Amino acid sequence: MIRSQFTRKRHRTQRIGFIGLAILTLLTITPILMVVAYILWQGIDAISWEFLSAMPRDGMRAGGILPAIVGTVYLTIGTALFSVPVGIGAAIFLSEYAPDNNWTRLIRISIINLAGIPSVVYGLFGFGLFVLFLQFGTSILAGSLTLAIMTLPVIISTTEEALRAVPQAFRIVSLSLGGTKWQTVRRIVVPQALPGILTGVILGLERAAGETAPILFTVAAFFLPQLPSSAFDATMALPYHLFVISTQVPGMPVQIQFGTALVLLTFILSMNLIATVIRSRARAKRQW
Amino acid sequence: MPNKNDSVKENKVVLENVNLSYSDGTESLKNVSMPFVANSTNVVFGPAGSGKSSLLRLFNRLNDLADVTLLEGQVLLDGENILDPNTDVIALRRKVGMVFARPVVLPMSIRKNLTYGLELAGEKNKTVLNESVERSLNQAALWDEVKDRLDDPAIALSGGQQQRLCLARSLANEPEIVLLDEPTSGLDPISTNKIEESLQILKKDYTIILVPHSVHQAARTADYSAFFLQGKLIEYSAGKTIYTNPQDERTRDYVEGRFG
Ligand SMILES: Nc1ncnc2c1ncn2[C@@H]1O[C@H](COP(=O)(O)OP(=O)(O)OP(=O)(O)O)[C@@H](O)[C@H]1O
Ligand SMILES: [Mg+2]
Repeated sequence: MIRSQFTRKRHRTQRIGFIGLAILTLLTITPILMVVAYILWQGIDAISWEFLSAMPRDGMRAGGILPAIVGTVYLTIGTALFSVPVGIGAAIFLSEYAPDNNWTRLIRISIINLAGIPSVVYGLFGFGLFVLFLQFGTSILAGSLTLAIMTLPVIISTTEEALRAVPQAFRIVSLSLGGTKWQTVRRIVVPQALPGILTGVILGLERAAGETAPILFTVAAFFLPQLPSSAFDATMALPYHLFVISTQVPGMPVQIQFGTALVLLTFILSMNLIATVIRSRARAKRQW
Repeated sequence: MPNKNDSVKENKVVLENVNLSYSDGTESLKNVSMPFVANSTNVVFGPAGSGKSSLLRLFNRLNDLADVTLLEGQVLLDGENILDPNTDVIALRRKVGMVFARPVVLPMSIRKNLTYGLELAGEKNKTVLNESVERSLNQAALWDEVKDRLDDPAIALSGGQQQRLCLARSLANEPEIVLLDEPTSGLDPISTNKIEESLQILKKDYTIILVPHSVHQAARTADYSAFFLQGKLIEYSAGKTIYTNPQDERTRDYVEGRFG
């Protein structure tokens, strides 16, 4: 009798807990869904082939946003070119080669802290180092390097995490069969960690693609009449273009603003989708 | 070609005054001196923590990966001290195969598991690799069970099959010594039996060093036996007398099941 009362009470507590958590989850995703829905609703009418493939006209109040799209693609590729090899290399060194001592720990903590630095600080740093000191000028090169430095901590820490998740037993077996450390890393550890590494890379690049502050000082142009033709050209880019047309141009049709936002959002969410697909596919195929 | 069995069995490895401690201060091996005889099953047994695994990891220098702070003495393999810092550890590990307590198949196909070691050494010839796959699987009594699905993921095998695959994988390198650290501890009696039968045949060509998972297994398989307690070699004997008529009180207690 007493026990059944107790059980019933416990069931009720559990149900309340469950409902509470469900409400919290709903509260979390509602704003995200609202943002996406609102941008979609406001911006969808602007999307047309012309909008995606033409240069802006009438002081950007009409025409397309091609230079901004191309610029963001270039910057993302440029960022990847620098940050992916360096970031993965650093992570492999930290996880597989570096001795486990205070220095390594200090480096690891520094990397985590670097991820927390506001992006505008990276922008200023890139301006000082790449634009002025190394005399790259306001250019895709300077912007990509700046974004790469900002992205590195994310890529390094997610890659290192993915490498560490590979069971130690695999390494021991490989070494016991006469493998060198490098053979073990290349043939076992990295392939097994690859999905996790790719996810980290995409998440890092996604952040780079969406940032305004780091490109503000280093690469982004208000308006350019033609597409960039080399790494030393400045370029327009989606996030900065969105800022410009939302605040700097009077008489701007709202549609174009939201259309631009929609394009940027689609770009970033599709990178996210790719990362998710890679991850869930790898999880299904994983043999450990 | 002369049969190795016809000659007098020589000592493949000799340990001389080996001491081994870990960084936490544990003295895992205390002044151990003993031989390991070629073409025989050399059994090392004793209770948990007596230093058996630490001993096994001497032969392929796997202790290099652990937190070992003190390692003294000599491990003479064919007369050469493999603890010497100048030892080619990679070459040594190709000469000394190891099977671990828990079967660890690499996340690849059965075939790739078996060719992994040879491919590391640069072997690319398909015929050589395929022959090695068949030979090693036969040696581990697994060929008939997997010959039609060599390209399936190794993880799909049963635990007992996985462990035989691990044995085959270490044999694919054509080692001279095979280390087995409680290889049947997680296996059913039938799989255990298969592995023991394989070892019985393998010892004709290899030096087997086995940490058994029970005294019974030790008694079934041993040609030479060493009983360890807290890092010390307590008793060593040829044949099975150590199980029927142990000389040391502590060996007797353990063999008769009074502790451990
Ligand atoms: N990597 C290590 N670091 C520190 N201490 C260790 C390490 N490996 C083993 N030891 C210690 O050394 C002693 C001997 O361990 P070892 O694993 O060689 O014994 P064992 O006879 O194989 O035991 P078991 O039957 O449990 O496998 C134990 O006290 C153990 O705690
Ligand atoms: Mg052990």
